[in-house]
Amino acid sequence: MPGPDLLSSQGLRLDGRRPNELRRIRCKMGVFTQPDGSAYLEQGNTKVLAAVYGPHQAAKSKSSTEGVVVNCQYSMATFSTGERKNRPRGDRKSQEMSLHLRQALTAAIKTELYPRSQIDVYVEVLQADGGAYCVCVNAATLALIDAGIPLRAYACACSASMAWHGGQPEPLVDVGHVEEAAGGVVLTVASLPSTENIALLEMSHRLHMDYFDVVLSRAMQGCRDIEVILDKAVREHLAEGWTKEDVVTI
Amino acid sequence: MADLLLSSTEKIFIVHGVQDDYRSDGRSNIDYRPMELETEVVSHASGSARLRLANTDVLVGVKTEIDTPKPDQPGLGKIEFFVDCSANATPEFEGRGGEQLANSISNMMQRAYQSSQAFELKQLCILEGKQCWKLYIDILILESGGNLYDAVSLAVKAALFNTRIPFVKAVLMDGGNVDLQLSDDPYDCKHLDVGCAPLLITLCKIGDKCVVDPSAEEESCSVISVVVGVTGNTKSYCSGKEIDSVKSLERKCSTIGMNGSGSLAPQTLQSAIMQGMVAAESLDEALGQALLRERQENVILKKHAYGFLK
Repeated sequence: MPGPDLLSSQGLRLDGRRPNELRRIRCKMGVFTQPDGSAYLEQGNTKVLAAVYGPHQAAKSKSSTEGVVVNCQYSMATFSTGERKNRPRGDRKSQEMSLHLRQALTAAIKTELYPRSQIDVYVEVLQADGGAYCVCVNAATLALIDAGIPLRAYACACSASMAWHGGQPEPLVDVGHVEEAAGGVVLTVASLPSTENIALLEMSHRLHMDYFDVVLSRAMQGCRDIEVILDKAVREHLAEGWTKEDVVTI
Repeated sequence: MADLLLSSTEKIFIVHGVQDDYRSDGRSNIDYRPMELETEVVSHASGSARLRLANTDVLVGVKTEIDTPKPDQPGLGKIEFFVDCSANATPEFEGRGGEQLANSISNMMQRAYQSSQAFELKQLCILEGKQCWKLYIDILILESGGNLYDAVSLAVKAALFNTRIPFVKAVLMDGGNVDLQLSDDPYDCKHLDVGCAPLLITLCKIGDKCVVDPSAEEESCSVISVVVGVTGNTKSYCSGKEIDSVKSLERKCSTIGMNGSGSLAPQTLQSAIMQGMVAAESLDEALGQALLRERQENVILKKHAYGFLK
């Protein structure tokens, strides 16, 4: 159980947010010209670039007649963390992240539309300040939309933690690096908020099952909030260069 | 890079243009395409810069660490280059695909920075023979649209210019062990002297002449290119009062390399190097002006980094 110090006596978190507040999300679609789709997304001080190539013909060994193969690579810039990293990718943590990313995105993509093909999704963490996986999923979703790949729903990811305030359990949404390092529970959920489905759920440290529902619902609420922001960003991006009247008729 | 199909007539058009010092996009043979540069984009690094030259996008982060100097060079600091070709640039770089290109760029940079006239490693010394700063210069290639060497060297120089190194407040000596106390105040720091840091200039041989900053079309007309590292002029990187106390240094060539399958006549090589020096001079001056202007804006206007949101 995390210490009570994650919340101040006024009920504010270490970085001054309220328990149900996300960090500031800023994003931009179409940052690069070479990939079929690309996006940049920052959530607080965590900054991620995502690029999508495809769908294109799959390599023979990977090809599947059932549906498209989603190929993900998660990589962190060597200067992204406080301590310098020696290798940007290939270590166990990045390989695990690549697999998790693939699982969340495969659930969102309409895979049956492109048999024998492959979609490459590459994410690059430029700056890591907690919740890198969540930001990667959100950025990858935007890049997939920019590439025009049919999705079932937005895939959004959000993390949640637990703290105590005045003897009452108080779940925290969108956990930052300081809160992660404090050693509390971190529940990461990747979901398709418009269908209320969970694509991936992961939890570290321990949590009493009595509180699981509260934390999970807070994380799901975070996913829904993120979806609203992403949806707004997509609409704004598509409306760029159009006049107001054009947008109304859409 | 995407394969480009040019007909022989199109190639002749490009070659003739280069002979007359008037290229198909209106530039002369030593002109660069417009570029965008921003410093201080990564807050976890001591210094950082992002450069976009046409379709090439490079992000450089400088991290500092305390290390012990080499026994044969007790008064010098250390500098290390690491290049990472992100798969964002092209799917070929996935996994270890970009390693060969990354190594060739980092070796070239290491060689160009080796000379004391290119970069003074003495300024990284803390305590002779005991402690020194080690600079990790991490270069991330986010999009590759040709002319990588030039873009990388420009971004590295800008990131080094932006690097802050904290002052050492106190040193405790306990037998052979040294314990340093660094200043906690982020403004209590020194900037590095990077005026003479080298820029790499790629000269692409087209016909009998060479051009800098070739476009993709021009690159497909060429079989060989020469890369020269040319040291900078400290005077372009000083502002206000300091400018009179610094004497202008002559530009020197700190490294030469060749890329491609073709071959060169010695005369062509010589003229290419001379041309590279001329191009480096104007480029270095322009970079100095841009960096000084940005530093001033950061102080006066308290500007926030745009990063990739622009």
